[in-house]
Amino acid sequence: MNLQYVIRRTGVFILVVVLAVTVNFMIPRLIPGDPIEEKLSQLTATSSGNLVTGIEEMAAAYRTQFGLDRPLVEQYVNYWRDILRLDFGYSLSNYPETVSNSISAALPWTVFLVGTSTLISFVIGSLLGGLLAWPRIPRVLRGLIPVLMVISAVPYFLLGIILIYLFVIVNRIFPAGGAYTFGSTLHWDLESLGDILHHAFLPGMSIVVAGIGAWALNMRGMMISVLGEDFITLAKAKGLREKRIFLWYGLRNGLLPQLTTLALTLGYVVSGSILVEVIFSYPGIGYKLYQAIQTKDFFVVQGIVLVLIVSIGFALYVLDLVYPLIDPRIQYDVR
Amino acid sequence: MNAPVLQVDSLHIHYQTLAGMVKAVNGVSFNLYKGERLGLVGESGSGKSTTALAIIRMLEGPARIIDGAINLSGTNLLALSDDEMRAVRFDRVSMVPQGAMNSLNPVMRIREQIRDIYEAHGKLPKRSELDGKIAHLLTRVGLKPEVAGMFPHELSGGMKQRVCIAMAIALQPQVILADEPTSALDVVVQRQVMETLGNVQQELGAAVILVGHDMGLMAQFVDRIGVMYAGRLVELASVEQIFKAPQHPYTQQLIGSIPNLEQKKLFKGIPGTAPSLLDPPSGCPFHPRCSEAFEPCTLDVPPLRETAPSCWVACHLYEKVVSHDHPA
Repeated sequence: MNLQYVIRRTGVFILVVVLAVTVNFMIPRLIPGDPIEEKLSQLTATSSGNLVTGIEEMAAAYRTQFGLDRPLVEQYVNYWRDILRLDFGYSLSNYPETVSNSISAALPWTVFLVGTSTLISFVIGSLLGGLLAWPRIPRVLRGLIPVLMVISAVPYFLLGIILIYLFVIVNRIFPAGGAYTFGSTLHWDLESLGDILHHAFLPGMSIVVAGIGAWALNMRGMMISVLGEDFITLAKAKGLREKRIFLWYGLRNGLLPQLTTLALTLGYVVSGSILVEVIFSYPGIGYKLYQAIQTKDFFVVQGIVLVLIVSIGFALYVLDLVYPLIDPRIQYDVR
Repeated sequence: MNAPVLQVDSLHIHYQTLAGMVKAVNGVSFNLYKGERLGLVGESGSGKSTTALAIIRMLEGPARIIDGAINLSGTNLLALSDDEMRAVRFDRVSMVPQGAMNSLNPVMRIREQIRDIYEAHGKLPKRSELDGKIAHLLTRVGLKPEVAGMFPHELSGGMKQRVCIAMAIALQPQVILADEPTSALDVVVQRQVMETLGNVQQELGAAVILVGHDMGLMAQFVDRIGVMYAGRLVELASVEQIFKAPQHPYTQQLIGSIPNLEQKKLFKGIPGTAPSLLDPPSGCPFHPRCSEAFEPCTLDVPPLRETAPSCWVACHLYEKVVSHDHPA
């Protein structure tokens, strides 16, 4: 790894962010419909005609406040200025809450729930997949393969609904939704932690279980081709113990492509698992995004998409920098 | 000659396939003496690699050792448990692999891969001694000690094969199996690698079994040659005898098919193809292709017999000159 490469790769990362911000700015403005008139007509409809007069003036006033009456270029420049200050504006549907607050309240829940479940799913799935490719495992384990195939075909939200039915409705073991018991205040203690884990278990489970199948089947395929390599034969001929061959000659090599997928998946974590969060009314980013899209809340959607793009870009950036350390064959030569 | 280090006795190996039993090795017997270089030659599918793999018990999947014994200075390798066999591998019998290009773990440094051998056999030296030991091993096979810190992709094919040889001699085994160790290399590197293998083998006093079909390489490297055909050893004799006075009709035709530099003549092959091992011909497996076949050839399998001092042939043509019935 050399400094020149790091600098170049950092430049690419910044370019990705700039392009993403630009696209992120343009796209919502191309969608037909005006969010302010939408909001106001909702208000008029629900308040039985009291606000009918002066609606044009109100719309104009709001447009001025949100800066939507300025020329597009000026809006773009202002947009950049705000982003650099981490100011994504106000939420249109929950005015006067700011988008930054909105996102930073939801993000930790999502990173905790989806991030942890993804990692657990990856570790269990990869290990299982590696074992399934190993020739000397009990036959019973091999019976897992069709089970995994079925599981990987079941969408995680469907799994979520099944879990709710089994563990919330039939057996009242777990709460139906939320991130913690409604009305309680959270502290940094074991009681709160237990409560959080109790609430996170079912949504987490649906992500873990739904993901395991894919991780395991991918890993199994990778591992089978690795185990056919000559260096596995020689490792065996060297008299190495099975555990050593499995972990350091087999798994270590089979895992390399999995790590690329993991980095991408972790990048997507910040978008949450929309449907899981909606089903379990989990106060994460996915739920927020779902609400924002429903209410045409431009700024929240933009803010979330921006965070998503930056984090995927960042995940790939880190992966690219770290990859030579994981796979010595990858080298970056700058000519 | 001294006592044999390795005795292979009427080895039978079958492959269970969907089409039926493939009789890959049918009663192969030979002795390997201390410090000796034995070559096993034969066509593809003649059972030479299967025999070599059986010695280190690396046969996989459908292959079954049906019968026979493999004695390594008193230990019957076929009677060992899997874990006992694991301890024998590389410690007493080592192997130089065929595919030099892919035989090293791409994500581990050479040092770690050599260290693995010591560790697996409970012979890991102290930290301070390990580096010196690895450096010494690498210099013995003509590599710089710095190679220890490199990854396989940073080495050439010849260097990788030298690393493999260094690993094969790390624990000073009695027998080194080399299954076409140079088939992936070009001729110049091939020669260098074989010289290296020869040198370390001599220093070590280990016996080598070289498996291959390159007769030129065999002539340069080995002391004795065993010719295999359809899972049987058909002739076992010194290199000189095999090349100057081959006895078995198959060996004669094999030697006859080697192109000659001095005389310009038509390229000669052996007519026909090797028999199916699913359903081998009755009697001598070579009789359908043999120009000298006569009646007994279709009926009985000729045993390996000594026709001249340490010259063994399995052919009915030599019935009258029988002396012993067991190979040496």
